[in-house]
Amino acid sequence: MSSVAVQLNDIAKSFGPVKALAGLTLEIKEGELVALLGPSGCGKTTALRALAGLQDLDRGQILVGGKDITFQAANHRGMGMVFQAYSLFPHMSAQENVEYGLKLKAHKVSPEARRKKSAELLELVGLSTHAGHYPHQMSGGQQQRVALARALAIEPKVLLLDEPLSALDAKVRIQLRDEIRRIQLEVGTTTLFVTHDQEEALGIADRVGVMRDGVLQQIAVPEELYDRPTSAFVAEFVGLTNPIRGTVSGSTVNILGSQIATLPGSVTSGEGIALVRPESIRVEADASGNAKVVTSSFLGSVCRSIVDLADGTRITAQSASSQASVLRAGTVVRVTLDTPAVFVKGL
Amino acid sequence: MKKSLGQRIWRWSILLVVTSYLALPIVAMLDFSTKVGRNKRGLYAWKAIFQQPDLVGGIVTSLELAAIVIALLLFLVVPTVIWVHLKLPKLRRPLELICLLPLAIPGIVLVVGVSKIYMWLSIHWTESPLTLSAVYAMLILPYTYRSLSAALFAVDVHTLAEAARTLGASTSRTLFQIVIPTIKAGVMSALVISIALVLGEYTISSLLNYKTFQVEINLIGQNDGTIAVAVSLASLIFVLLLLLLMPTAKQRGKALLDVDAE
Repeated sequence: MSSVAVQLNDIAKSFGPVKALAGLTLEIKEGELVALLGPSGCGKTTALRALAGLQDLDRGQILVGGKDITFQAANHRGMGMVFQAYSLFPHMSAQENVEYGLKLKAHKVSPEARRKKSAELLELVGLSTHAGHYPHQMSGGQQQRVALARALAIEPKVLLLDEPLSALDAKVRIQLRDEIRRIQLEVGTTTLFVTHDQEEALGIADRVGVMRDGVLQQIAVPEELYDRPTSAFVAEFVGLTNPIRGTVSGSTVNILGSQIATLPGSVTSGEGIALVRPESIRVEADASGNAKVVTSSFLGSVCRSIVDLADGTRITAQSASSQASVLRAGTVVRVTLDTPAVFVKGL
Repeated sequence: MKKSLGQRIWRWSILLVVTSYLALPIVAMLDFSTKVGRNKRGLYAWKAIFQQPDLVGGIVTSLELAAIVIALLLFLVVPTVIWVHLKLPKLRRPLELICLLPLAIPGIVLVVGVSKIYMWLSIHWTESPLTLSAVYAMLILPYTYRSLSAALFAVDVHTLAEAARTLGASTSRTLFQIVIPTIKAGVMSALVISIALVLGEYTISSLLNYKTFQVEINLIGQNDGTIAVAVSLASLIFVLLLLLLMPTAKQRGKALLDVDAE
């Protein structure tokens, strides 16, 4: 098993009355890419900045490679960081930007080695032909690639990515996201990626940590986080859910006439609201069914239908795109569940 | 899109009027300074500039003052404004207010205020006119603060500074290799404004009895107007050349102070 590269132990930081971090504890393994996901103000960026040394802490300890760096200055930490805002030095070319860290005392190498390294990294990010370009001559996506190359040039102990894709348009965002993952796997750098975009987090990370109010709610591999959330917040924040009322008895819940197992952390008795994923709901045309289709949208690979249950509850179901022609508005359908377990929160 | 003939004529007319307005006094100065007697032309006044020891002394004093003020600007004002912008944003407004004060205080009031200090200085320490640099450094504040502040707000200097820090740059390297080159245009315009202000300042130096460039021009002007006008024109051309030499946005060169220990 890989060793632990980064440990954040009970770190806390308040800005006046606002608690940005309220005792966050997190471990990142060597070579792992962990994404911190959460709504605005949940403390994810503060955690990343604390690890970079750009934010002091009220409490807690930061260990990198077993060494306590809690009070070490940012310029001695050896962290490579890519920022949300474009951060290339405007008076330097792409190559000069990449070489900058290698000119400094902390990572100083010979001019030849520096040039070789910058050429390799610009090649790695697919911008070898842009070495002489200045930031104002490059697109946002290209600037972020150079910023990534610059961060990797110093062979950082940890690569910190602070929402590096959020300023880019959708297409470039997906391309660059995949490229970041490819490069991270190729270089093997331990990486912390902060984002508020769940698709980005689930698509790129080895593990995803969901934060709320300065603490980690759950950290798990993407599939587990999606399929087995341990809290209502995680279930509702990651992916879409349908709140469906049901009766809980021990570790099962009765919803839509089916007995479904409940996930750990769910309520254990009485009435509750089961949080069911759209793809866990099966909708089939049936004249004696228990629901009626309100609208149905063909989305290419899938078909998304909005359905009204007999009790008036409106739910969203996702089925194969071949169903689109059948599930027209007004069609009476039978709704059943196809999931091994659901999370149930209290009323 | 190609401009219509009417639009082009309109633009050229405006340019012609503005250029004439600005050029006319300069042409008149050139005309006056090259007149010898009633109908003759010559460079007598221009040649005489360097034959006036007091004037040369005044020029040297003002250039020395400009150099000291530039040093104060680069090593005191610029780092202070950047530091407040990056690290103490709550102090931005008070700093702006302090920097704008010299604009609100008339020169004569300022002289009355500082005259006691200069009297004490001349008795106990030195009579050197270079001590005027302290007052001049104060006088340039409203203009330099504005240009520096505008340059700092035009780019996300905060993120650039943090990026440099994470790459291993010390505070001084971050300042001189990243922040100052990024706001180079603002720093350069502050420099030119400061030089122009120091070379053109008359009231304070005259009232405090120091012999600077403008004071000497005034004294010469009382005896020989053509030399005074020739010197004034020369100083105008000097400042104009400085403005033209200011690096444009396209000339993105190296750091102002490249401390790369290669």
